[in-house]
Amino acid sequence: MTMRGSDMVLAAMLAGVMAVGATWAVSAGRVRAEQPEVLRRAALVERLGLTDLALFTEARYTRHPSQSDRHAAFQDHPFALEHFPSGSVLPPRRGRP
Amino acid sequence: MNGWFNRQRALLDFAVSSLGRRKGKTLGLLAVYGLIVFVLASAMLFSHALRHEAKQVLAGTPEVLVQRLIAGRHDLIPDTHLAAIRTIRGVKSAQGRLWGYLFDPAAAANYTLMVPPADAPAVGQAVIGAGVAAVRDAAIGDVMSFRAHDGTLVSFTIQAIIAPESALVSADLFLVAEADYRRLFGIPDGRFTDIVVTVRNPREVRTVAEKIDTALPDTRIILRDEIKRTYESVFDWREGMVVLLLSGAVLAFFIFAWEKASGLSAEEKREIGILKAVGWETADVIGLKSLEGLVVSLTAFLLGYLLAWVHVFQFGAPLFEPVLKGWSVLYPDFRLTPHVDELQVATLFFFTVFPYTLANVVPIWRAATVDPDQVMR
Amino acid sequence: MIRLSQVKKVFNQGRHNEFWALRGVDLHLDMGGVTVFRGPSGSGKTTLLTMVGCLARPSSGRISLGERDISALPERFLTDIRRSTFGFVFQSFNLLKGITALENVMIPAYPLGGDHGALKRRALALLERLEMADKAQSQAEWLSGGEAQRVAIARALINDPRVVIADEPTANLDSERSAQFLDIVAGLKRDGKTVLMTSHDPLVADAPVVDRVIGLRDGLIDGAG
Repeated sequence: MTMRGSDMVLAAMLAGVMAVGATWAVSAGRVRAEQPEVLRRAALVERLGLTDLALFTEARYTRHPSQSDRHAAFQDHPFALEHFPSGSVLPPRRGRP
Repeated sequence: MNGWFNRQRALLDFAVSSLGRRKGKTLGLLAVYGLIVFVLASAMLFSHALRHEAKQVLAGTPEVLVQRLIAGRHDLIPDTHLAAIRTIRGVKSAQGRLWGYLFDPAAAANYTLMVPPADAPAVGQAVIGAGVAAVRDAAIGDVMSFRAHDGTLVSFTIQAIIAPESALVSADLFLVAEADYRRLFGIPDGRFTDIVVTVRNPREVRTVAEKIDTALPDTRIILRDEIKRTYESVFDWREGMVVLLLSGAVLAFFIFAWEKASGLSAEEKREIGILKAVGWETADVIGLKSLEGLVVSLTAFLLGYLLAWVHVFQFGAPLFEPVLKGWSVLYPDFRLTPHVDELQVATLFFFTVFPYTLANVVPIWRAATVDPDQVMR
Repeated sequence: MIRLSQVKKVFNQGRHNEFWALRGVDLHLDMGGVTVFRGPSGSGKTTLLTMVGCLARPSSGRISLGERDISALPERFLTDIRRSTFGFVFQSFNLLKGITALENVMIPAYPLGGDHGALKRRALALLERLEMADKAQSQAEWLSGGEAQRVAIARALINDPRVVIADEPTANLDSERSAQFLDIVAGLKRDGKTVLMTSHDPLVADAPVVDRVIGLRDGLIDGAG
């Protein structure tokens, strides 16, 4: 006798939901396991007085988004258009100009 | 209760075979739908984990930074400012920082040149980030030379490479001695890039910042809070052009799904007529169609989310790398700690599963209220 | 007993293509036996059966099933009566394509929420009785006309209705298959089912199994046999 369609779907859904649960469990485990690494990174930041993630090394004003001013993109020339993709991922620093 | 359960299962059976009858259409829809969920979930998981990482890692970033502005541009700050800051009440310490950017023509990459506040390398030596070592293929003991501001050659022997596990914050660092830094750029003694200030009482940071601002009107002040807030909006839904582009795709999908789900073909109308003629109620037909919608959208969600998790946390989000990398030559090789926000996942679930299921049911309502005698004509 | 009094049905009322399919039908139908409604196309015989079978309501007049007036019931109740009392065999069979013959037979019972295993056994037994057991797993669109009709009959019987309604059952069959169909009707009659058919096929109207022939013309009863 073949399996009922509903049973197949319910089994697949259950497997899917369990897999989602498994990703959460694995995530939580890795967060715990990798905590020492994170702390070592944080210690390095504190020791060197770093201010930013090294994600955008393409230009002077994108390397340290928290240090550049709001209109850094235009600082080289009033008509200079920003053309670095990082500008679409991170906004300029908020607060004082 | 048992009857209700049997009925739902029977409807589900039939929903599955209905979907099976339109195999190509169903699979195509699942693929597109799953892909949308995949991209959305990837962006969500990635940005959340990155934000969380930034928050933890940047917890010890300088409390207060003072930079000098001349004509709206950043300028070197003199040690007279340093002395002035030290006299302000509430300031625990103030220290000049020396850092800047160094363009390396050999790799066409920008490094962040920095003098560590403590344990700086000896003159003629350098400690480099893993990214620098990678683009220059450099090892400990190698020599790297740069042209100084006056054209003379300054050479560094690599003393150490910063552990790759810290690449996210240190990939492009080039740590040198103060004397080398000043020689390279011709910066005289008594001048600094900016000043790091620590405050006696963390609650007084804003007060101290205002006092510095008043005492030294040619400066601008950056607080730790502002630094941390900068990264709270990385990949924010509002800022990201990625998301903007994606929203086009999402909208297109919803139009497509709406069109597909809401337009009833003559064939489907005929089938609903048959079902009603053989004794199905309108509610049964609607139940059937919502189950069909639920099966499709739930499958798409589960597949999309699971693939996204594997993509972001097992493979390091290769699809986002081009976006983050931009035109950078040097890019940190990092693996994100999988910090998942369950509430965010639930939100994604709600916004991807329910609209489609609803869109599937609405038109059926209209068709299901038609008299079933049309099948006799 | 099914009783119709002054039943009228109009389509597209008030528009230029207004059409009176039935113009006032009075009729008594006793339970049990085989009744054939005979008449040319457009005479109103199919419309009459859609209203007896609770697929549609009359425009005016009353239809009662036993003691119950069913001509003004809301759709929900009509569906309920239709499901428990009537089984339909449509002229074009109206099987759902892409699913098996067996599943087609089972469809009318899905909303009732009965036990799935028992339902499947019942459906297989019906197909067996109609000599269709070997085609149970065939897709509906692969069946020949006669086979499709037998699947449709099995589907009509799955909820064990008292009345089986067949619309032009022999229209798509050759003489041999028509004779086989009449054999099936005889079997239903032996089981105590009431069978109502429309047909303009003399083979059907003159068959020995038929108890009563009712003629229809232009939406009116044209002499009962």
